Amino acid sequence: MNPFTQHTGIAVPLDRVNVDTDAIVPKQFLRKVERTGFGKHLFHEWRYLDYEGTKENPDFILNKPENRRASVLLARDNFGCGSSREHAPWALADYGFRVIIAPSFADIFYNNCVKNGILLVVLKTQEVEALFQQVMQKPGAQITADLEKQTVTGPQGKEYHFDINAFSRACLLKGLDQIGWTQQFVDKIRDFEQKLKQEKPWLA
Amino acid sequence: MPQTMYEKIWEAHLVRESQGDTAILYVDRHLVHEVTSPQAFEGLRAAGRKAVHPEKTFATMDHNVSTRTKDMNLIEKTSRIQMETLARNCLDFGIKCYDFADEEQGIVHVIGPEMGITLPGMVIVCGDSHTSTHGAFGALAFGIGTSEVEHVLATQTLQQNQAKTMLIKVDGSLKPGGTPKDIILAVIGKIGTAGATGYVVEYAGSAIREMSMEGRMTVCNMSIEAGARAGMIAPDEKTFDYLKGREYAPKGKLWEKAVIYWKTLPSDPQAEFNKTVELDTGGLAPQVTWGTSPGQVVSVEDRVPDPETLDDPVERAAGNNALKYMDLKPGMPVAGIPIDKVFLGSCTNGRIEDLRAAAEIIKGRKIHKKVQAIVVPGSGRVRRQAEQEGLDKIFTQAGFEWRYAGCSMCLGMNDDQLKPGERCASSSNRNFEGRQGPGGRTHLMSPIMAAAAAIEGEIVDVRKYL
Repeated sequence: MNPFTQHTGIAVPLDRVNVDTDAIVPKQFLRKVERTGFGKHLFHEWRYLDYEGTKENPDFILNKPENRRASVLLARDNFGCGSSREHAPWALADYGFRVIIAPSFADIFYNNCVKNGILLVVLKTQEVEALFQQVMQKPGAQITADLEKQTVTGPQGKEYHFDINAFSRACLLKGLDQIGWTQQFVDKIRDFEQKLKQEKPWLA
Repeated sequence: MPQTMYEKIWEAHLVRESQGDTAILYVDRHLVHEVTSPQAFEGLRAAGRKAVHPEKTFATMDHNVSTRTKDMNLIEKTSRIQMETLARNCLDFGIKCYDFADEEQGIVHVIGPEMGITLPGMVIVCGDSHTSTHGAFGALAFGIGTSEVEHVLATQTLQQNQAKTMLIKVDGSLKPGGTPKDIILAVIGKIGTAGATGYVVEYAGSAIREMSMEGRMTVCNMSIEAGARAGMIAPDEKTFDYLKGREYAPKGKLWEKAVIYWKTLPSDPQAEFNKTVELDTGGLAPQVTWGTSPGQVVSVEDRVPDPETLDDPVERAAGNNALKYMDLKPGMPVAGIPIDKVFLGSCTNGRIEDLRAAAEIIKGRKIHKKVQAIVVPGSGRVRRQAEQEGLDKIFTQAGFEWRYAGCSMCLGMNDDQLKPGERCASSSNRNFEGRQGPGGRTHLMSPIMAAAAAIEGEIVDVRKYL
């Protein structure tokens, strides 16, 4: 996983609540056995006019010329709800998104993003609204996210502080191999399993 | 200090407490299917890692299997590759797989409980958000992503943060026509699709105690649709009766020992929850979703709401988007909305009790001539049981298609899909845009409501058939 420290990029406003992982990457693209190549299917139903994905929908926000190279996604409440498919963060990362800002995220989606080096920033509803206004007034505007300082800086230079779980922060900053991290406690896992055999033999 | 059931299970599975970083939680059972696992096995291979406890992982094929044939050669190529990849991965890593040809194959959340793989007090995970289903047995069960699937295979643990606790107390007896599905839809309508984000929900109250295990699974299944990490219900005699004698449940002395432990699991009477929600089911009418989010739900007696009456501009826009997508107008009565397809099945409502109840409505009747209706049993075992009871005949004589087990039209990964513009009365769990097929329109409801809709070709109040 690539470490995340700081990122500045074009912010694109996706003005919908409850964007689910089916919308982020529809089921017909989940049949692959690799982790790569999902970016072209991101938001497929909204992004293309045809099922095959050959005709772009010019009205969809990601397809506007000024947003072509967007890497920061502004979103609404409950972003990433629904299916646990990690294909959703794979598609977002493969497309080029490094940061998503919203008032709330779905639980499993949040964990999946941390595992894929995407920073999810939770701000207050009115702060997200302010960023929406600023970006909608000035399409193609940039937002900076700084994970060390835990701040987001909007197009007009206003800084917003965000909270993040200390471990998620450390994982992102270091690009940590989380399995490797857990494996340093292999003795504790063995002890637990010994105890399980004695106390709950039907589980051992 | 008094503890909730969640806190007891959490504590019993702590391998390592968080020291300002993350806790490590032991996983008793890991369930795997073909869609969210190939990259996890590939990750293990790339890092030279093994599955440390293959005997604690069980696999099946459900998401993209055909429900029309058992012939692998007739299955679309990319789906077949995924299924073959799972079979090979299970062989390589020593995992038991109930594959496509196995008579026990079925939806992962149906076969876990029916084989006794699911037991009270366990931590159960699966790369699927509806893993919350298993919480009906007093287990802590939740969905994970593919990286976490890999983590569980490699370590038999997960990195987790403790969730907040919510008690949802459901009291009152259901009236005829009301089902567990109506209860959970009403709960989601009340608290919203993110109402339980960050929480583990425990369902309690007289309506939950009266419910069968199948009904409790339906309720816990859709906890994720309210944003909850997990849903759970305290185990009781019904739970033990359901599990006793199932192949992976403990036997003899071990069973007795396990039951003694399981009886200590329910939340202590004085235990405190971070939040409590109450719902009275006494007058609950059958529920139907009108929009593209499970929280957009009303009773069958109601009209399609007018989003313009909402204060929040974001919610208003969401409501208007949903109406446009669903091709509905505010103020239309929900009863009378014409439908094209009916789907009976899924991990929410694809169990034997669901099929029995729907068959009771269908018996001696014919489905509307313009409707295509399919019954997809949740597992091979459910299908066999239904056939022994003659339910398949009732369905086929009415004009339903009787299919093999799988996730099918709940998510349309196989060839069971809605066409653009088609409208479906569905016993499944998600009404998202395109969920059942690009451009398809989904109305979520109970299996008996879907059965009644099949007969009339439109959404109808099932109570007139009782």
